[in-house]
Amino acid sequence: MKELALMKGNEAIAEAAIRAGVDAYFGYPITPQSEVMEYLTLQKPEERTGMIVLQAESEVASINMVYGAAGTGKKVMTSSSSPGISLMQEGISYIAGAELPCLIVNVVRGGPGLGTIQPSQADYFQATKGGGHGDYRLFVLAPASVQEMADFVDFGFEMAFKYRNPVLILTDGLIGQMMEKVELSPQKQRVEEFDQSWVTTGKTDDRERNIITSLNLDPDRQYEHNLKLQEKYRSMKQNVMFEKIDCDDAEFLLVAYGSSARICQKVVDITRNRGKKIGLLRPQTLYPFPTDEIARLARKVKGMLAVELSAGQMVEDVKLAVNGRVPVYHYGMLGGKIHSPEDVLSAVEEKFIGGF
Amino acid sequence: MEIKEIIREENLVYKRTPLMTDATLSYCPGCGHGTIHHLIMEVVEEMGIQSDTIGIAPVGCSVIAYDFMDVDFTQAAHGRAPAVATGIKRLWPDKFVFTYQGDGDLAAIGTAETIHACNRGENITIFFVNNGIYGMTGGQMAPTTLEGMKSSTSPYGRNSEAMGPPYKITEMIARLSGTYYVTRQAVHKPGPVRKSKKAIRKALEIQRDKKGISFIEFVSNCNSGWKMTPNDSNIWMEENMFPFYPMGDIKVDGKLVNG
Repeated sequence: MKELALMKGNEAIAEAAIRAGVDAYFGYPITPQSEVMEYLTLQKPEERTGMIVLQAESEVASINMVYGAAGTGKKVMTSSSSPGISLMQEGISYIAGAELPCLIVNVVRGGPGLGTIQPSQADYFQATKGGGHGDYRLFVLAPASVQEMADFVDFGFEMAFKYRNPVLILTDGLIGQMMEKVELSPQKQRVEEFDQSWVTTGKTDDRERNIITSLNLDPDRQYEHNLKLQEKYRSMKQNVMFEKIDCDDAEFLLVAYGSSARICQKVVDITRNRGKKIGLLRPQTLYPFPTDEIARLARKVKGMLAVELSAGQMVEDVKLAVNGRVPVYHYGMLGGKIHSPEDVLSAVEEKFIGGF
Repeated sequence: MEIKEIIREENLVYKRTPLMTDATLSYCPGCGHGTIHHLIMEVVEEMGIQSDTIGIAPVGCSVIAYDFMDVDFTQAAHGRAPAVATGIKRLWPDKFVFTYQGDGDLAAIGTAETIHACNRGENITIFFVNNGIYGMTGGQMAPTTLEGMKSSTSPYGRNSEAMGPPYKITEMIARLSGTYYVTRQAVHKPGPVRKSKKAIRKALEIQRDKKGISFIEFVSNCNSGWKMTPNDSNIWMEENMFPFYPMGDIKVDGKLVNG
């Protein structure tokens, strides 16, 4: 029987974490994602599943607790919002370098600096291009509904362990704070038996010691390590995910993820009702980015419009995919303000249609 | 008489612990790190806990401590070892988890992680090697550099008025309710080495008995950074470091010794 609930996006992430059998959560309060840890502590996960929830002294400490705990081979996660995620970047770089699995949630708010607590998609570059120092990538998921907030927790861990790499859920205050119906997955047991061949458990006589490190003082070794990592990041392409809405006969294409995609869906409905053939491509993974699909659609449509709550970040990846074949425009909203479907519609009319 | 006949079990007065690897120590000749590594591994061997022990290496001279100590290791970002140890210990509560940190790592950049891990009473052991200087980066001023002491970033001597005075983080954390055993030791002579080993044993037994955090500061030398011969550095350490960082137990069984 389906288990349905009406929940905030942030709460759905927390509930999904318990149900996914996550072993530990380490976090620090910051708006607009504090409900994640509030919900977790209220739920007594130590009684429900034995999950550990610890409030750290800072985001710096949280991510380093995740780093240590991820080295035990268990399912560990943290969540934060933009300024806190910036503080975590050194630790995330270490986790990527040491090839550890974990889940990080960024409920994005407007920036730069302390910015605003309202929704934004201005952390796209940070999320998809590495974020911290060194050549690395995260596997980045972009939920557009409370349902996907829940579903991407379990799927995120699947990807984290498949690639031994940090996975980031990139969402924003809009999806995090809004309430929607969500179908909850059944409770998974925490995994007691798992591959411990690489984790720190204590050295036994039958193996060499396991070292979790991102340090390779010898440049030849670091070079080989970098090549291996890059190969891994390329291989993530096999798990690219996107949703196509009315793309088959589309003459013009909107490209948007997360909360912007929700707004664009309305724009597609309005324009279709007026007989105009507009489609929407919604990336569900931002890294790997649906480059091939966008390149394919570039042969069919007359132009594309990237719609984001930023000054133009994802649009660069769209342009790289389109490679000059058709015009690519950008429509963005800044400062924690949210564009209305009518705002986007005006841009669509101006760029593509010339009034209708 | 052949060498094998001389080195018989009953004639042994000392043997190298097998828990030190065959890798050549990267530390300067005369440095205390090697001795401290040996002592920790001897205790791990004697307690029979190698298969349950996880170390956390810092950033600093001992960044590759995992090359020398034959136990599982996680290498932490600068200052974050107590947070990393917290993450491991919370998921492996029955394992032995220790951090090995220098003064820059523990008492400057990692102050918050140190204080909060101690305040929570994480059931881990912190080994803190204080030589009053940043060794690996070339002898810069540390939070523990003595007043008037020269370093590459205080070339005319530490001026407390402008640079802040040295501080005793060990006495600070001893006042937190989460700490159970806090002591200050040294390894420059046989007597202090024996006392240090007893302290390490006590610390790991406290962790085994889940009584809270145990914290050992080793006041040590940095003959390269201090620009002295090893012997001179040990004499200078006794004459200058020990009066400011006095030897001995600060907190035992959860109670301050002079409290």
